Amino acid sequence: MTNTQNPLVELRNIEIAFGGIKAVDDVSVDLYPGEVVGLLGHNGAGKSTLIKCLSGAYKKDAGEVLINGKSVEINNPRDARSYNIETIYQTLALADNLDAASNLFLGREIVTKSGMLDEAKMEAETRKIMARLNPNFRKFNEPVSALSGGQRQSVAIARAVYFNAKILIMDEPTAALGPHETQMVAELIQELKKQGLGIFLIDHDVHAVKQLCDRAAVMKNGQLVGVVKVDEVTEDDLLAMIILGRKPEHLAA
Amino acid sequence: MTDTSNKPTGSASKTGPIARFLRATEIDTRLLGMVGALLAIWIGFHMYGVIFNDFGAFLTPRNLWNLSVQMCSIGIMATGMVLVIITRNIDLSVGSLVGVTGMIMGILQVEILPQYLGLGNPTIWIITAVVGILCGAIIGAFHGWLIAYRGIPAFIVTLGGLMIWRGAAFLSNNGKTISPVDATFQLLGGGPYGTVGATGSWIVGGLACAGIIWLIYAGRRNRIEHDFPLRPMWAELFVGGLGCAIVVGAVLLVNSYPWPKGIVNQWAAKNGVEVPAEGLFISHGFAIPVIILMVVGILMTILMTRTRFGRYVFAIGGNPEAAALAGINVRWMTLRIFALMGALAGLSAVVASARLNSATNALGLLDELYVIAAAVIGGTSLAGGVGTIYGAILGALVMQSLQTGMVLIGFDTAVQQIVVGSVLVVAVYLDNLYRSRSK
Ligand SMILES: Nc1ncnc2c1ncn2[C@@H]1O[C@H](COP(=O)(O)OP(=O)(O)O)[C@@H](O)[C@H]1O
Ligand SMILES: [Mg+2]
Repeated sequence: MTNTQNPLVELRNIEIAFGGIKAVDDVSVDLYPGEVVGLLGHNGAGKSTLIKCLSGAYKKDAGEVLINGKSVEINNPRDARSYNIETIYQTLALADNLDAASNLFLGREIVTKSGMLDEAKMEAETRKIMARLNPNFRKFNEPVSALSGGQRQSVAIARAVYFNAKILIMDEPTAALGPHETQMVAELIQELKKQGLGIFLIDHDVHAVKQLCDRAAVMKNGQLVGVVKVDEVTEDDLLAMIILGRKPEHLAA
Repeated sequence: MTDTSNKPTGSASKTGPIARFLRATEIDTRLLGMVGALLAIWIGFHMYGVIFNDFGAFLTPRNLWNLSVQMCSIGIMATGMVLVIITRNIDLSVGSLVGVTGMIMGILQVEILPQYLGLGNPTIWIITAVVGILCGAIIGAFHGWLIAYRGIPAFIVTLGGLMIWRGAAFLSNNGKTISPVDATFQLLGGGPYGTVGATGSWIVGGLACAGIIWLIYAGRRNRIEHDFPLRPMWAELFVGGLGCAIVVGAVLLVNSYPWPKGIVNQWAAKNGVEVPAEGLFISHGFAIPVIILMVVGILMTILMTRTRFGRYVFAIGGNPEAAALAGINVRWMTLRIFALMGALAGLSAVVASARLNSATNALGLLDELYVIAAAVIGGTSLAGGVGTIYGAILGALVMQSLQTGMVLIGFDTAVQQIVVGSVLVVAVYLDNLYRSRSK
């Protein structure tokens, strides 16, 4: 990764407030192709809110979003998808009453020539991607409410991966997963990174961030504490940034 | 289970034969329960008549034919209410919409159109019905707009609509009834002439059977193409055979109900046919409103299970936030759902006013309650996300069967209300039990 390339995503001075309280306050982060940027911070720091401005779930109050160097308006999730931005939300955003295939293709259903849903095709595609992500998955014809937390999470991940994302946002993707499944997600992230995707990874686990990410952006109370290269800091440095809201001395400009 | 002599050895499983049978045929146990309840109601009323009145009047072609016609108006609207309730809304205004669109159509076809087109012009009924359905759709869309884009709860918007449109129905003709309606229009409500006859009914039945067989064949072909597990052949044959048997039974039933003597003579005189001494047996066949309900049921089922629109309805009901995050325009969907509900109320008004051969401002009074009850008895969950079109139509049939049955055995209105109300509450309670058990 060299910084001479154009960044894939630039978030510039993003601001958004709820009821007068700034959930995100003047935050700028960028993301390069083939790079994983970790977002760290306490609960309520504003990580999810920030990425929702990129995924189209929220409309920012101020700031600018650039994709491949061009300023873009993202007003809704459809806009985000049209820029190949895929998101795994912290809440997973699954319709519990629908099965895995219906959720995977929600909003982007495959239809036949006559405009009817092609259920069989969608199920077949779902079987293919799940075989890759979660080979033990069997419950293709049950509503996702009948799935375990890990299985639900794998459906949400499959949805983000299936549509050839260029920019992937993962909001605590391993929260409901066991150690083995978490390891599989880590491998997936490595693989996608090799394919040149840019990934925003929100994770609580500082250790995982140090392993998986190239850079880490730390937020506190809606503000950006700093963005650091993970190789230049220790886990303790990251923890200090999260807790104290200060960049480590040796990096402070 | 000690008898193992003639059990298939292939599928060694712990489940009983009934469970295995249901799994193989993929018959919905909920559907089975509803059909069971319906049969219990029918047989119960019939036996009550046999025992206490020396005559079982319920399970007769005449009564069942009448039942089929009477349920249409509620049944048509119940299919739309399913969508409204699945998306966690409610529409209390449908009865009043029937009233106001019925009046609009009455005035249009009796007082306005004949002036320009001449009395009995064959296009009158078409224009009237289209205008009625359109007016329903426009009013429904307006409700939907208030709900989705102005954030007023559906309960309030449609409660207001309930009163407003009933009042409008009264004012439209100063409370006066309009009668009779256009002669062709009247056929849409059923009655002896408003039927498709014996041959027509066999054609309808034949098409239905062909449709069932094609669905099963196409489903099997699809599963083979994608290497999905197949239903056993016997299960396919059983489901297909059962479906066709029900269709044929329905045709035989409606064809075994003849025109009354007076109608036969009237018809014979008009067409110059000589009536033999023993009389003529002319079958009713399916009533036109029943055909309308069937078509609505099929189209709505296709809409809900095979199109993006239907998929989004379910998604919004299951998780509105997730639906929005998947790029579904939840507001626009809500508006369209209420517009569809309004259009169906307009269609229901066509059937209801044609059947009465008049438009009155009381048309559809209290229908909202029966429509909601039909949808809910039919398994539509008020928590959202769950419901079927066939369930709602069956629910309408259950409601109408109760009503008709109690009239037949002479319960008065007060008792009828108590029974219908109790059945609604108990049905939903049983449904809750069923759902929590099957989780
Ligand atoms: N839709 C909303 N309405 C009101 N407040 C919100 C909303 N979304 C987020 N917030 C607030 O914004 C702040 C940041 O939340 P969030 O981005 O979820 O934090 P994180 O993901 O870092 O844990 C919190 O104080 C939260 O209460
Ligand atoms: Mg969060």
